[in-house]
Amino acid sequence: MFTRHTLLLAIGLPLAATGARAETPNDFLAGFAKEAQSADANFKGFSAQRGEQFFKARHGGEWSCASCHTERPGQIGRHAVTGKRIDALAPQANAERFTSRRQVEKWFKRNCNDVLDRACTAQEKGDVLAYLMTVKP
Amino acid sequence: MTKLAKPMFALLLLAGLGTPSAQADELRITARNATWQKECGACHVAYPPSLLPAASWREMMNTLDRHFGTDASLDAAQTKEILNFLTANAGRRAAVGKDGKPLQRITETNWFRHEHDEVPARLWKDARVKSPANCAACHQKAEAGDYGERSLRLPK
Repeated sequence: MFTRHTLLLAIGLPLAATGARAETPNDFLAGFAKEAQSADANFKGFSAQRGEQFFKARHGGEWSCASCHTERPGQIGRHAVTGKRIDALAPQANAERFTSRRQVEKWFKRNCNDVLDRACTAQEKGDVLAYLMTVKP
Repeated sequence: MTKLAKPMFALLLLAGLGTPSAQADELRITARNATWQKECGACHVAYPPSLLPAASWREMMNTLDRHFGTDASLDAAQTKEILNFLTANAGRRAAVGKDGKPLQRITETNWFRHEHDEVPARLWKDARVKSPANCAACHQKAEAGDYGERSLRLPK
């Protein structure tokens, strides 16, 4: 335990010193996996196919994720109410996506409430991200 | 006052009254804040603070988790920063609904209705406009805070 903490400290300190750390989609995927594992001991990894179905389905409400991000999230989307342009969501099409914890947490919180009327599980978030990472521009 | 100063003073006064300063303020928005621009502007044009009174902005920033049918919640620090910016630059006209509560929709204010009373009804329903919330459908430079008539183009 001691060595593990020391190792974390050794990695964490230089990162903290450089300020906000830029993250990658894979970092978020790993984080969701860890969260899903602790929520469910039978967690068996993420599925891009399941993520795609989740993304395109309505979940009892008026909207799906695709209502704004379109069924081709490598392309530009439009806000379902205001018509405002939404930059592509797939990381291969838009390098800014899934690089900021603040942004990722903010949008999952908001959009899961809008589409599902509840928070998304780590399994759902990981599946959707796994799907988005396969989408070409 | 000297003989010359009196007419000069009157002239200045006239000039002052003549310049549409109040109007110009509404057509060209100069107050800016990076957080307001980025966060409010993520889903719609970052609406100018002068278009609603402070009471309306307070109510809005207090209910961001139920913002016109969507969850638009922000963290506490950003909410506070944006609210401060909005109230510091808020409009002075009262905007109260029939229920006595501060209006939330800019399009329901007397000012907005008056300014847009010549816009034909079919235009509001045009697919390219989609919603009266879509300022930039006609105000080509809305993103830059310019709502002047020169940059106004109605979809044909």
